[in-house]
Amino acid sequence: MTAIDAAQPGLAPEQEYAGPSSTRTVVGYGFWIFLLSDIIMFSGLFAAYAVLWANTAGGPTGGELFDLRSVFIETACLLVSSYTCGLGALFAERQHRERFYIFSVLTFILGGAFLFIEITEFANMIGKGAGPSRSAFLSAFFTLVGMHGAHVTSGLLWQVYMVAQVAAKGLRPHVLRRLLCFSLFWHALDIIWVGVFTMVYLMGAR
Amino acid sequence: MLGRLTWDAIPFNEPIPLVTSAVLGIIILAVFGLITLKGWWRYLWDEWLTSVDHKRIGAMYVLLGLIMLLRGFSDAIMMRSQQAIAIGASQGYLPPDHYDQIFSAHGTIMIFFVAMPLVVGMMNFVVPLQLGVRDVAFPVLNSVSFWLTASGALLINASLVIGNFARTGWMNYPPLSELAFSPDVGVDYYLWSLQISGVGTLLAGINMVTTILKLRAPGMTYFRMPVFCWTALASNMLIIAAFPVLTATFLMLLLDRNLGMHFFTNDAGGSAMMYVNLFWIWGHPEVYILVLPAFGVFSEVVATFSGKALFGYRSMVLATLAICVLSFTVWLHHFFTMGAGADVNAFFGIMSMIIAVPTGVKIFNWLFTMFHGRVVFEPPMLWSIGFMVTFVIGGMTGVLLAVPPVDFVVHNTVFLVAHFHNVIIGGVLFGMMAGYNYWFPKVFGFTLDARWGKASFWCWFLGFYLAFVPLYLLGLMGMPRRLQHIPDPTWEPLLWVAELGSVVIFIGILCQAAQLYVSIRTRVSRRDRTGDPWNARTLEWSTASPPPPYNFAVMPNVETIDAFWEMKETGQHAARQTYEPIEVPRNTPMGLITAFFAVIIGFCGIWHIWWLAVLGLLAVVVTAAIFGWSEHRESEISAAEISRIEDARLRAVG
Repeated sequence: MTAIDAAQPGLAPEQEYAGPSSTRTVVGYGFWIFLLSDIIMFSGLFAAYAVLWANTAGGPTGGELFDLRSVFIETACLLVSSYTCGLGALFAERQHRERFYIFSVLTFILGGAFLFIEITEFANMIGKGAGPSRSAFLSAFFTLVGMHGAHVTSGLLWQVYMVAQVAAKGLRPHVLRRLLCFSLFWHALDIIWVGVFTMVYLMGAR
Repeated sequence: MLGRLTWDAIPFNEPIPLVTSAVLGIIILAVFGLITLKGWWRYLWDEWLTSVDHKRIGAMYVLLGLIMLLRGFSDAIMMRSQQAIAIGASQGYLPPDHYDQIFSAHGTIMIFFVAMPLVVGMMNFVVPLQLGVRDVAFPVLNSVSFWLTASGALLINASLVIGNFARTGWMNYPPLSELAFSPDVGVDYYLWSLQISGVGTLLAGINMVTTILKLRAPGMTYFRMPVFCWTALASNMLIIAAFPVLTATFLMLLLDRNLGMHFFTNDAGGSAMMYVNLFWIWGHPEVYILVLPAFGVFSEVVATFSGKALFGYRSMVLATLAICVLSFTVWLHHFFTMGAGADVNAFFGIMSMIIAVPTGVKIFNWLFTMFHGRVVFEPPMLWSIGFMVTFVIGGMTGVLLAVPPVDFVVHNTVFLVAHFHNVIIGGVLFGMMAGYNYWFPKVFGFTLDARWGKASFWCWFLGFYLAFVPLYLLGLMGMPRRLQHIPDPTWEPLLWVAELGSVVIFIGILCQAAQLYVSIRTRVSRRDRTGDPWNARTLEWSTASPPPPYNFAVMPNVETIDAFWEMKETGQHAARQTYEPIEVPRNTPMGLITAFFAVIIGFCGIWHIWWLAVLGLLAVVVTAAIFGWSEHRESEISAAEISRIEDARLRAVG
């Protein structure tokens, strides 16, 4: 206890702090914060949707447009892909390269299926004259859901890239760090989708 | 092929922007010519443009902010002159269309390209040194952040020559900023340059928070961090929580303008007020993003130049964090007149008054730090005292504006303009000037001239009051903001006083330029050999000035607040140690390349050259992929080299 610490009455002695964290922690932590900021960006789009969802300007409503059956399948694809992505990450940590590949392929197929269903839904809606410029509700819908879709698309590209890195470099520490970021990203997309599924589809299909 | 871009975009028939851009072009060419003539390109490229060293990046941020200050200030003095002469029969020298662009550009540039780079740059330079670490968490990302900010600044200045700028004010409210009412490129310049620099700012925030939370030197518990690091932490957490909202908002407006969507339009169910809400959910925290680091600077400066430990360290930290949280609960006070109803207005009015409390705590802490101290009136301290006086006045007019009925009376008048200039100049700018004078010797290894520094302070200080006290009065007399022509001749005398104030501030800026010039000319005699020219208290002063690339030869072990002061007391700071080789991140042009493509994307987005914008986006992805493949990103500095550098400093200290 030194003079300056003692000059601050009521301070409990703090636990010692050992110094900088490992690179793995720093990278994971930094990426985590990035994901938080991404979720805040989505929160702006969610807020816009919440404000505008009833402003259909005489156009179709969510209840008329949404097909909950296909959205359910879509949701199932994405949630299961998160599970397969998690298994892939675990096998990568244990240096099981083949199993990592298998689960990466599964994740990619499920993510691709999700994206296919979403694009089909968008195309159907636009075909019915319910495109993003029809009403404020549809602008908010296409932007929120489309932004999530854009994230899934970049996630799929990133996954292909990561599989290529594993194939070329093996499961070395720096590759594992990048894989860690990728799986954090993929799980975060799930969390956002849970919000989309609830707020946009379940509440909007009434 | 070139979208909306034709020869009509060049303002051949408007002499002011044309001459300005011609002069700017000549200056830029002259600088490039000088660099080529002297053969400095190699040095610039190796040591600055591709540098990933947080110290170099911090210095470049500050330089960007200072250059943009000149741009923003010339807008300001043009507006003041226009208002002083455009009274009665006279229309002044600026037509409405040009005048509107000037006030929009002034606000946008001052907030995003002056205040932000100055604040972010100072944090970038100082925080790792104060924490006793060798660099930020992600050095390459840091370089990308800086160059993205610089890209935004480049784009916004390009609007001077190619096309025009927004006429919507710096908040860019719809429906005016919608395609129906602003069909040309002005608003697009605003949106794209702020989107690009916003991404840079967000990445810088992530980097800094990770650095502060995960990389501090051994023993530096949270409550041993210097107060500047605390304020930087708060500010960067606000960046992470607020900037993505701005990105989302601008994205929606871009979609409205480019894909015919209806977020903020008058028709098809859009809601313009949603923009205003979203904008200020970013905008109010932004105020604290800027001012909290300034508070941090004052805390360091006041303690150092009073020769005492900061009074009430813990209350300072708690006040900072309280402001950090409360800043998200006051946004509606920017538009009480929206008509949200008395209950809503009362809530936000009260919250706005409450946020003044922690700020008051801070003022008292600084005063009590000076009390019984040996106050040395060097320029950094003058700026700090000037701040305390000025900021209290600005805070009080702020509390006035927080009363909704009062706000209804002075809403959109120059009273408000005077208020926020009072807190932003008196708070943020004075803070950055204090920090500039305080840390300059650490950055470049020689002190700034005090006489010119003091002259510049007094000009700024007096000029500020001359320029803005009249605006308070005019606001109470009912003068609206953003007038291109003054309808009431009785306002003329006060407008001339304000004009005089802006001239005095201009003299202050000239004194700063003179200070820099004189100091560089006499740098040999002002060399700071000990690394501690002010007898300061925190770790950044325990290493050489300028610090070596690795910052600290041996990671400091922190046992107290004011760690360096403690080291000086015990004599540890002059002890010779054994050194080990240190790995430092290797320079890379990644940031520059990314920014280059970002400018292409932004420019093509503005002018609707979509094919090239898509190519630019692809290029960014490919750049990231190439970098993401690389492995060896560090180089080593040998123990012998470290020993040589450290011995030179220790000889001066000893």
